Amino acid sequence: MKFLLTYQGDTTKPPTAETMAAIGKYTQEMVAKGIVLMTGGLVRPDHGTKLAYAAGKLTITDGPFPETKELIDGFALVQCGSKREAIELASGFMRVAGDGLGEVLQVFDASEGGPPGPP
Amino acid sequence: MSSETHRAIHAVWSIESARVIASLARIVRDVGLAEELAQDALLAALEQWPEQGIPENPAAWLMAAAKNRAINSLRRGKMLERKHGELGYELEIEQRPEQLIEQLESALDDDVGDDLLRLIFTSCHPVLSTEARVALTLRLLGGLTTDEIARAFLVPEPTIAQRIVRAKKTLAEKQVPFEVPRGDELSLRLASVLEVVYLIFNEGYAASAGDDLMRPALVEDALRLGRILAGLAPNEPEVHGLLALMELNASRLAARTNSAGEPVLLLEQDRGRWDHLAIGRGLAALTHAESLGRAPGPYVLQAGITACHARARTPEATDWPLIASLYAALNMLLKSPVVELNRAVAVSMAEGPAAGLAIADALLSEPALRSYHLLPGARAEFLEKLGRFDEARTEFERAALLTQNAKQRDRLKQRARNCGH
Repeated sequence: MKFLLTYQGDTTKPPTAETMAAIGKYTQEMVAKGIVLMTGGLVRPDHGTKLAYAAGKLTITDGPFPETKELIDGFALVQCGSKREAIELASGFMRVAGDGLGEVLQVFDASEGGPPGPP
Repeated sequence: MSSETHRAIHAVWSIESARVIASLARIVRDVGLAEELAQDALLAALEQWPEQGIPENPAAWLMAAAKNRAINSLRRGKMLERKHGELGYELEIEQRPEQLIEQLESALDDDVGDDLLRLIFTSCHPVLSTEARVALTLRLLGGLTTDEIARAFLVPEPTIAQRIVRAKKTLAEKQVPFEVPRGDELSLRLASVLEVVYLIFNEGYAASAGDDLMRPALVEDALRLGRILAGLAPNEPEVHGLLALMELNASRLAARTNSAGEPVLLLEQDRGRWDHLAIGRGLAALTHAESLGRAPGPYVLQAGITACHARARTPEATDWPLIASLYAALNMLLKSPVVELNRAVAVSMAEGPAAGLAIADALLSEPALRSYHLLPGARAEFLEKLGRFDEARTEFERAALLTQNAKQRDRLKQRARNCGH
């Protein structure tokens, strides 16, 4: 099973060098365990571009978006045996990354007969 | 609530157990004992966590609990040896436990990579039967329970339990050292490790999705083992070749059956459903293997063949001449008529059906292929393309008689009926 783990840190406190090093070490350990498929970070998306499609009309809105709350700072695509394992990986990450919010999302995979996904 | 805690414990266990067992095994020098001590730590977690809550750092908790058990076991061993030991021996023993405990402490803090590698080589040791190696590897390195292994291999749980108990006993009796082999022995022993991992992969790859998911999950277990091995043995091309082969094959998992669950042949698969991230990892592993500059072994060559398909955006873009030459190289190593038959197919795609048929015809006298349905199947394809329909029909019928698979038989009979129309 594959899961997308996302993390959004506390925006008021940028991570220290120690935290960044700890995150790097944790990620390396998970890579060595054969679990992590890819990791990445996102540039703060308040300067991103939003697209909306409704009733045949496409609207494109450029940032900045001053009140953006939903920020994803980093993500990891992992492969593990159960959702609980993914939660455990995310928990371990949160412990080193510090205050913030995380989310565990299962990637739909037709070959696994997993929960129903998009048609 | 408590079942949620149990799931959490199981999750931590399946992520951490290999490292815990590997660290302990280096100190107690007995894989079976190390596993028992680690199991004791797991039991302690199962007792304490539901009451006291999941610890802040569950992995560290498990490691510490296992460490305490190893230290206690060494102390008990010391007392026993004191009772029975002779004087000279006793003096030596006197110092050992403290040193060992010190060693233990540092080993558990260290990077356990080398211990993991030792554990892999030990559980794949040739003194064990292949079945025992597979079961023990999944148990010690994959963190699977005996029940999960039994379900994955469709055998009763007591059979697997007994297989593992016997394997551990054999390792102890034969005094298999907990070490990474060196010199000439390394390549032989490595072949045994790779064989086990590839067997686990294929067992899962052959299983269809939908039934017990423990079977397809073997693909992921094997991939995880392959990635761990690749990290531990960066300079062994075959390790990376195997990882590449597994990643590239796994990339096609979603595309190889249609919505009705019927198999879809490689050239007819929807390439948009291939997992391109997996392909990227597979190609990177293959590039790494090739960069090591050694003569390619069977896994690197097979990965190279699979990579030709993975790189092709469309079936027409497949580099068949390269596939044919890789099969030729593979046949030099394996001397296998099945590989030669695959080469015949690749050559037919590269140079035309007549060239393929010439290679396939040379295999007709091969005893190993006498009842192999793919030989008449391939000849039938070549003959049909050459317009020799009567001969092609006979070959399709012969292939239909030889195959064990009902769906395949129907398909071949239909090909025979449609031949020349």
